[in-house]
Amino acid sequence: MSVVFKKTEGLTEKQTHYCPGCTHGIIHRLVGEVLEELGVLGKAIGVAPVGCSVLAYNYFNCDMHEAAHGRAPAVATGVKRVLPDNVVFSYQGDGDLASIGTAEVIHAAHRGEKITTIFVNNAIYGMTGGQMAPTTLIGQKATTAPEGRKKELAGMPLKMSEMLSTIDGAVFVERVSVHNVANIRKAKKAIKKAFEVQIEGKGYGIVEVLSTCPTNWGLTAPEAMKWLEENMIPYYPLGNFRTPEEGK
Amino acid sequence: MAKVLMKGNEALAAAAIQAGCKYFFGYPITPQSELPEFMARELPKIGGMFVQAESEVAAINMIYGAAGTGARVLTSSSSPGLALKQEGITYIAGAELPCVIINISRGGPGLGGIQPSQADYFMSTRGGGNGDYRHPVYAPATLQEAVDLTMEAFNVADYYRTPVIVQGDGMIGQMMEPVEFNEPKKRDLPVKDWATTGTEGKRKPNIINSLFLDPQALEDHNWKLDRKYKEIEENETLHEMYKMDDAEIVFVSYGTTSRIVKNVVDTLREEGVKAGLIRPITLWPFPNKAFTEIPENAKAILTVEMSTGQMIDDVKIANEGRLPVHFYGRTGGMIPTPDDIIAKAKEILGGAK
Repeated sequence: MSVVFKKTEGLTEKQTHYCPGCTHGIIHRLVGEVLEELGVLGKAIGVAPVGCSVLAYNYFNCDMHEAAHGRAPAVATGVKRVLPDNVVFSYQGDGDLASIGTAEVIHAAHRGEKITTIFVNNAIYGMTGGQMAPTTLIGQKATTAPEGRKKELAGMPLKMSEMLSTIDGAVFVERVSVHNVANIRKAKKAIKKAFEVQIEGKGYGIVEVLSTCPTNWGLTAPEAMKWLEENMIPYYPLGNFRTPEEGK
Repeated sequence: MAKVLMKGNEALAAAAIQAGCKYFFGYPITPQSELPEFMARELPKIGGMFVQAESEVAAINMIYGAAGTGARVLTSSSSPGLALKQEGITYIAGAELPCVIINISRGGPGLGGIQPSQADYFMSTRGGGNGDYRHPVYAPATLQEAVDLTMEAFNVADYYRTPVIVQGDGMIGQMMEPVEFNEPKKRDLPVKDWATTGTEGKRKPNIINSLFLDPQALEDHNWKLDRKYKEIEENETLHEMYKMDDAEIVFVSYGTTSRIVKNVVDTLREEGVKAGLIRPITLWPFPNKAFTEIPENAKAILTVEMSTGQMIDDVKIANEGRLPVHFYGRTGGMIPTPDDIIAKAKEILGGAK
């Protein structure tokens, strides 16, 4: 009998703690599959964040280092500078990367660290229970923005990919989504490219993955996918912002 | 090995390289900037890596990552910078990683000043970071001792899997003295089989972590750390007793201040006053046992610090109420003079004129 589907070696057997309908599971699987397909699982060192994916170190089947809130790119820098031949990645949410860790991600990109960042943007603080993130949309309700985010109080949602793509050292920047199968396929392609850029020694790569939080958005899983498509994508346009020119 | 005349910050950096440290992550701050500058110049020559981080917070988290690979790593800073590094230090302590941190301390609080100070005693010995943790703190009084203790610090860090602080006041960083680099005593260092270096498909993944969501697991972890700290207290406490055999007035002082106090002890003895000095070399663990060896005829303790009085808390704990404990200090970058210390001692002994 031929094998039709096999779970990636890139993930452990551990059951994840993610809520039903949360897309962290999909993104974990994509990263795991890419590491396996590139044949770098044995060389990979992942850096987990603080936030919903704080326990990512239990799920990726490679060496893992749990960082302080927002500091994953600095921790990854430390790892990569000692072990330049290994494959080092950080996996971070939007509170972690776009709020408390903005300096660390900008300067990792600025130095052109040869690491890869998977940035999961679900426009809210999930683990702490639905507080406003820098990425929360205008009008989107959060426990710390009970009447919805207001521009005059909290500014406009932060577009990290656009910002990072102005930095010379960030050689690969792409925003993807995982709200349907076609986009999941595109997301995997981008994640693979971001790791290839690292392996080829070209510089810093980041993939921003638009993600859902049905629990804190107060929606069912299908409603959350639809909300992402109708509300997040218009503000956070999908696509590649920077990619190294081929043959250079 | 012949002695070389070196500036403190450069001698500390050279000692770290001698101890096998090839990776430095740091941020410029007065009065320790010659240390990262030395590393930026020297580490590339030996296949090492110098990274100027965007902040003290990033620097210590780079140390956290690099220490996780099992490499010998160093960062250095001065007081306000150390305050910023406390986040990383508690993670490193919690995850049980070895690293060495040099603090060339200056006056505070806040931005304070840039002159020598010993006002970081609380921050270094009480843990500026959150949670139940400790780490060794070495307080050298001379550049030779600074070099020796820095080299020893890397062994202690590896042996106990702990961050270690070498704390010198600004004078240690800025003055010049002849130094030689001697191998520290041999230790049977454990294999770093916990390091995140990539599984190569040959072992289960290693995880560097300080998160324990199960309170029982966290309590177990904290008691395990505590047992380690007890072992460090037992084995690594260092101090010097200077002319203590018959001392009536017992000075307690560390770092460069202790060198001034040694002169004071000699001067007082020339005048017939039986003075002695207990000099803690490790601030944590504090040399409590030294205080049980104070002679019967001792009348008082005088703690001398370049602060408004921080170590004096530990002196009182170690003294266990046996003798009256007095204090003399200068702070903010002001240095105590021998005459002022002598006057304070005579006042205590009832001989003030």
